Amino acid sequence: MSELQYEKISAKNLPQEEPFAPGHRACQGCGEVLALRMVMKAVGHQAIAVSATGCMEVCTSTFPTSSWRTPWFHVAFENAAAVASGVDSGYKALRRKGKTSQGRFPILAIAGDGGTADIGMQALSGALERWQDFIYVCLDNEAYMNTGIQRSSSTPFGAMTTTSPPGKLSKGQATWKKNMPAIAAAHGVPYVATASPAYYLDLMNKVRKAAATEGPAYLHIYAPCPTGWRMKPELAIESARLAVQSRVFPLYEVINGQYILNRKVDKPKPLTEYLKPQGRFRHLDAQTLADIEARVNAEYEKIVRLAGADKKPAKAEDKPAE
Amino acid sequence: MKKIDAMMSWKEVPLGCHVDRPGSTTDFLTGDWRSQRPVLDKEKCIYCGFCWIFCPEGCYQDQGPEAKVFVADLNYCKGCGICAYECPKQAITMVVEEV
Amino acid sequence: MSKRVGMEVSIAISEAVKMANVDVVAAYPITPQTHIVEHLSELVAEGELDAEFMPVESEHSAMSASLGSAAAGARTFTATSSQGLALMHELMYMAPGLRLPMVMAVANRAVSPPISIWNDHSDIMAERDTGWIQVFAENGQEAFDLTIQAYRIAEHPDVQLPVAVNLDGFTLSHVVEPILLPDQAEVDKFLPPWKPMLQLDPAKPISMGMFGIPEIYFEAKKATDEALVGSQKAIVAIWDEFEKLFGRKYNPIETYKTEGAETILVTMGSISETAMTAVDQMRDQGIPVGLVRIRLWRPFPDKEFKAAVKGAKKLGVIDRCLTLGSHANPVGQEVRSLLYQEKDRPYVFNFALGIGGRDVTRADFRYIYDQCQTLAAQGQDRCHMVGVME
Repeated sequence: MSELQYEKISAKNLPQEEPFAPGHRACQGCGEVLALRMVMKAVGHQAIAVSATGCMEVCTSTFPTSSWRTPWFHVAFENAAAVASGVDSGYKALRRKGKTSQGRFPILAIAGDGGTADIGMQALSGALERWQDFIYVCLDNEAYMNTGIQRSSSTPFGAMTTTSPPGKLSKGQATWKKNMPAIAAAHGVPYVATASPAYYLDLMNKVRKAAATEGPAYLHIYAPCPTGWRMKPELAIESARLAVQSRVFPLYEVINGQYILNRKVDKPKPLTEYLKPQGRFRHLDAQTLADIEARVNAEYEKIVRLAGADKKPAKAEDKPAE
Repeated sequence: MKKIDAMMSWKEVPLGCHVDRPGSTTDFLTGDWRSQRPVLDKEKCIYCGFCWIFCPEGCYQDQGPEAKVFVADLNYCKGCGICAYECPKQAITMVVEEV
Repeated sequence: MSKRVGMEVSIAISEAVKMANVDVVAAYPITPQTHIVEHLSELVAEGELDAEFMPVESEHSAMSASLGSAAAGARTFTATSSQGLALMHELMYMAPGLRLPMVMAVANRAVSPPISIWNDHSDIMAERDTGWIQVFAENGQEAFDLTIQAYRIAEHPDVQLPVAVNLDGFTLSHVVEPILLPDQAEVDKFLPPWKPMLQLDPAKPISMGMFGIPEIYFEAKKATDEALVGSQKAIVAIWDEFEKLFGRKYNPIETYKTEGAETILVTMGSISETAMTAVDQMRDQGIPVGLVRIRLWRPFPDKEFKAAVKGAKKLGVIDRCLTLGSHANPVGQEVRSLLYQEKDRPYVFNFALGIGGRDVTRADFRYIYDQCQTLAAQGQDRCHMVGVME
C-alpha cells in the first residue's frame, strides 16, 4: 500500500479559502461549527457537502440564505451517508458516460453524534460496506444539542443531559460512550481517524488524507458544545485540548486496519481538569470520577496496544502540531 | 445590513426552495448577538493567527504582511472570547459592549 | 419497429428502465418487486445497461440514495413494495418538495399486520398526499409504456417531479404477457437525455434542502402543489406525443361502455380487465352498466373524471385499500367529495375489494352492480367490504 498523496497543511500554508461563510446562527463559542469550518477549509471549494439534520444544518441554511459556498444538500436526519452515496454513485455514472466534465472531488457526509451513532448508524454502515467514495464526518458534541441536549449513545458516562438527569436514583448518563471509530474501522475501510479542533493542523491534514483516500473514509471529530456542556464559550478549544491531554479523546488513525497513535499521552493531565469547567459533570461523586478515570485509561491503553505504541518510544512526528 | 426577506409569493419561490447564492449568510449580521468585543493590543500581537484559525465565525481578517495583524469583523463577531482565551500573548481583551 | 416479446411484466419494466438509459438504480429487495431489480442488476452486470447499481441496506437508503443521485444530475430509478414503501415514507415528501425528478415502480402489496405479500393498494395510498405523480397500470404493456413515459414526464421543465408507476403485485408483476418492445432509436427520439434544472455541481454551487421558517414554508408547499396540479397539462401532451410515435393512446381517465350507462363502476389497476369482462357480460344481458378506470391518480384529473361519469345515476367506486375508521376509502372519498357540488350528482357507493390478495372475479362486479341498485334505495353509511366473512 503506497503512501497517500496529498497536499500537506502546515502552519505556513494554512488554507486561506473559506468555503463556509460567516453569518451562520451557531451559538457563541460553538466548537462544532469551528471544527466544520476547519474541515471545509481543508477540503476546499471543489467538493459537495451533504448534511444530516442537526445544529450544523439548521444554523447554516435558513432560506433564502446559505453558509455553504460548495454545493450543499440536506435531506433528513438519519440518511446523510445514504444521500452522499447517491451523489457518489450518480457522479460515477455521469463521469463514465461522459455526462460531466467534473473529475473526482470529495463528497462529504456531515452529521452529529446522534445522526451517526444512533439514528444514522445503519445508513453509515451500508455506505461504508458498499465502499462508497466519500468522507463521513461525525461532529461529536456528545448529545442531541439541536433538540435541547438529550443523551445519545455517544454521551459520556455520568454526563448530565436533559434525558439523563442526575437524581436520587441516577448519576447522569448510565452507559459508556459508544466507540464509533472502532465500529467504522471494523468495516475494514481504508481510512478512519479521530481529530480535535484544538489540534487544527492534525485535523485538517486528516481531512486531506480522507479526501485523497479512494473509497470510504470516516472522521470522528470532537466538537465542544458550550451550551450543552454548561461551559463558558471561551473554553471550547481549551476543553478540546484537555480532552486529548487527559486521554479522554485520543487522537489516532486507522489506515487499512493499522492503528496509528498520533499523540501519545504518557503523563496525562488530571481528569478533573477536563471535567471541572463543564457543568454537565458537576454532580459527580468521587467514586464515579474514579470509575470514569479507570475506564478512560483502559480505553486509551487499548488504542496504545492496537497501535503497538507500547513497544516503541514516542517519536516527534507522532505528535500533531498544536 | 442587507435586508433578508423570506416573504414572497409562492410564484417566486425558487425551484425546490433552493438557494443559488453560495455563502449568503453573510447578509445576516450576527454581530448584534455580542455582549463583549475583542480589543487587540497590537504591541503584544505576534501575528500567529490563532485568533483567525480558532474563530467559530471565521470573522478575523488577515490585514496582510505589512500590517501583520488580524482584525475581527464586528459585523459577525458574537463575542465568544475564544480568541482572547487562546491568544498566546494575551494581546486580546474582551471588553463589555456599552449600549 | 417494435417487436412483440412474451415476458414477465417485471422484466418488461426493467427493459423500459434500460431503454430509458438510467444512470443509477438504487433498490432493496422486497416481494413482489424483486424481479424488477434482479433483472436490472443482471443488465448492469452484463454491460447491457451502463448504470451504477446500488444494492443499499434498506428502502430508506434506497430513496435517500435516489435523492442524492437525482441531485447529482443522474437519471435515477428505484422500485419497492408495501413495507418498503412505508419505510420510505419520511423521504417520499423530499423529491416533490425538492423538485427532483426520478421514477419508482411500486409493485403494490398489502401492508402488515398480518403480514401479507399479496396485492392491494394500501402501500401507495399511504403516500397519496406526498406530492408524487402517481399512475396505475392495467396490464404489462401499460407498465412498460408508463415507465418510459414517466421519465419524460418527470423531467419536463414544467413538471420536475417524481413519478410512481403502480402495478399490482403478482397479479401483474409476475404475469407473463406479450409486450411490444420499441426500438431503442424510437425511445431515444421520445426520451432525450435529461438536462437537470437543479444539480449539485462544484462548478455552480447551490444549496438544496433549506430550513423553512413560517414565512416561507406555506408558499413552498403551495408551489409544489401548483406544480403537481399543473403537471397534468404536460402529462397529457406527452401522452399525445407517445401516441403519435407508438400508436398507443393514454388518457388520465379511461372509459369502457359508459355510453348510456346508468351505473358506472370505477376501478384502478389490473382488476379493470376483469371488470371489463364483467361489464361485457352484463351489457349482453341488457344491463346499462359501464366502467371508468383511473390511470392518473395524482394529480387527480377532476375535469376528465366528471366528464367520464356524466349522466350516470350511480357510481360503484372500488377501492383496493381500507381507510380504517372512515366511512369511505381513498378513491371513494375522492370521488364523493369531487362530485358533491355537482348539480346532478350521482349516488357514490364505495366498495372495498381484493384486499390482501383476495381473489377478484367477474361475479364480484356483478354483485357490486346489484348492490348499487339496492343501496340507491337504502343509502350507504359505510363502505361495503365485498366478500368479507361475517
